[in-house]
Amino acid sequence: MLASSSSLSSLVTDVTVPIVQLNGERMADDNSAVLSVSGLRKSFGQRHVLRDVHFAGHRGEALALIGANGCGKSTLLRSLVRLVEPDAGAIHAMGKAVLSLNSSDLKNYRSRVGFVFQKHNLVGRLSVLTNVIHGVQGRASGMRTWCHAFAKKEWREEAMQCLAAVGLADRALQRADSLSGGQSQRVAIARMLMQRPELVLADEPDASLDPKAGEEVMGLLYSLSRDKGLTLIMISHRVEHTIRFSDRIIGLANGVVEFDCRSKDMEPQNLLSFFKGEAALV
Amino acid sequence: MTSASIPRWQRTNPVTFVLGVACLAFLIWSFSNVGLSFERVVRGIPALFSIIDRMFPPDLERLPQILWSLLVTFQMALVGCVLGLIFAFPIAVLAADGLSPHPVVKHIARGLIALFRTVPDLVWALLFVIAVGLGPAAGVMAIMVDKIGFAGRFFAEAMEEVEKGPQEALAAIGASRVGLICSSVVPQAIPSLVATSLFSLEKAVRGSVILGLVGAGGIGVELKVAFDLFDYQTAATIVIAIFILVVLVEQASNALRRKII
Repeated sequence: MLASSSSLSSLVTDVTVPIVQLNGERMADDNSAVLSVSGLRKSFGQRHVLRDVHFAGHRGEALALIGANGCGKSTLLRSLVRLVEPDAGAIHAMGKAVLSLNSSDLKNYRSRVGFVFQKHNLVGRLSVLTNVIHGVQGRASGMRTWCHAFAKKEWREEAMQCLAAVGLADRALQRADSLSGGQSQRVAIARMLMQRPELVLADEPDASLDPKAGEEVMGLLYSLSRDKGLTLIMISHRVEHTIRFSDRIIGLANGVVEFDCRSKDMEPQNLLSFFKGEAALV
Repeated sequence: MTSASIPRWQRTNPVTFVLGVACLAFLIWSFSNVGLSFERVVRGIPALFSIIDRMFPPDLERLPQILWSLLVTFQMALVGCVLGLIFAFPIAVLAADGLSPHPVVKHIARGLIALFRTVPDLVWALLFVIAVGLGPAAGVMAIMVDKIGFAGRFFAEAMEEVEKGPQEALAAIGASRVGLICSSVVPQAIPSLVATSLFSLEKAVRGSVILGLVGAGGIGVELKVAFDLFDYQTAATIVIAIFILVVLVEQASNALRRKII
């Protein structure tokens, strides 16, 4: 399903996927949505990064956010957990009006949202197991969450299960900075699983990895979200990953959602054109 | 353009030139004002050799008392340093960009660190001798305050310089500020924190010798008494003992630094 803003009519000739009008209001009011975003705006000085963004995500759905560099994908993703504060609009996620949450409620909300970054963001001097146990800090606090040596028995067991899920249980006591890029990203995913999230945001987790490791990481994220019924919103600049590891693709350009379609309906060539910011799709 | 047409020197700004000349004039005046002259240095050399001559052989008669004072000096340095580091850490967190809970708190913490750092430990020792009386307790407090200033600054800088990614990752999952500091900032800053702590200890050991001169306990008192009584042979023993202590602490500190970092 491809949705459009007014500028989209010009690209119809070159696009082979079916085009359907995006109804942002409908999606924002959709009760079955785990996440709905409407009228989201964000500017940095004179630069309007997000102008009027509408979209919704449903339980167990994998969404891919795509667009050229600087189109606001990462800003949008960060806005969803208020690592970036939007200027206007509304975000409803898991029954919460996210932009109205006070700091304590925001912490609770964030604890239910997993975030996988472009860089793994592990603490290199600490062990893999300790890094995974840090994922518990969304739902618990105190010195028992700081290091695997102090951690509760059940947390250690859960962390080992998370590591097993990403295929790194045998590396538990290794220092995180001794792992390869792909392994580090898998540990970051294990840390995210330890959090027990309902919604997972992934900001180009394959960007700094070689093609094989990138594919493994994206495949892992997709299959885990499938198995656990999590809603996944991810950004990737790789066409094959975007199509293969998502159910829906949302195209961002000029700060608005340019299209919203089913991944299986998207032609790689059209997607490539959009990535390049070519007129055919934008 | 040929090399001949390129000026060798850039034209100086008149203000910069005047400031440069003023600084040079001040430096020359400083030399004359402190009364240091080649003639005085030359005249002093025989007297210096005379004192060194009277220092040897060192007198070992009071060695047990000297070693005891040396031990007290080291303990004074150790306790003062450890207390200083313990207090320096939270103040450094409050003073660090990105970790301080509020800009006002940050400025107060930074002001406190600046005050403790800029006032010399000898002045703190004089104050604490008046406050708590003669003896090692005053020395411990002087060292503690001095180390809060010294380590507080370097701790704060070390924590500001760590990679921000892991902090962002933990903030994104709703980790508390304390959790974020203890799980991400401190582990990353450990090499700098350890290096600063060990350097603080070395500095405290050297400093604690001087503090005795103003009555803050330790080997400094013995040294002052020996010089006051013109007992240069005992003074030589004390100087050698101090030298050995400082070298031992530095070696141990280097070994620890290599092992931990």
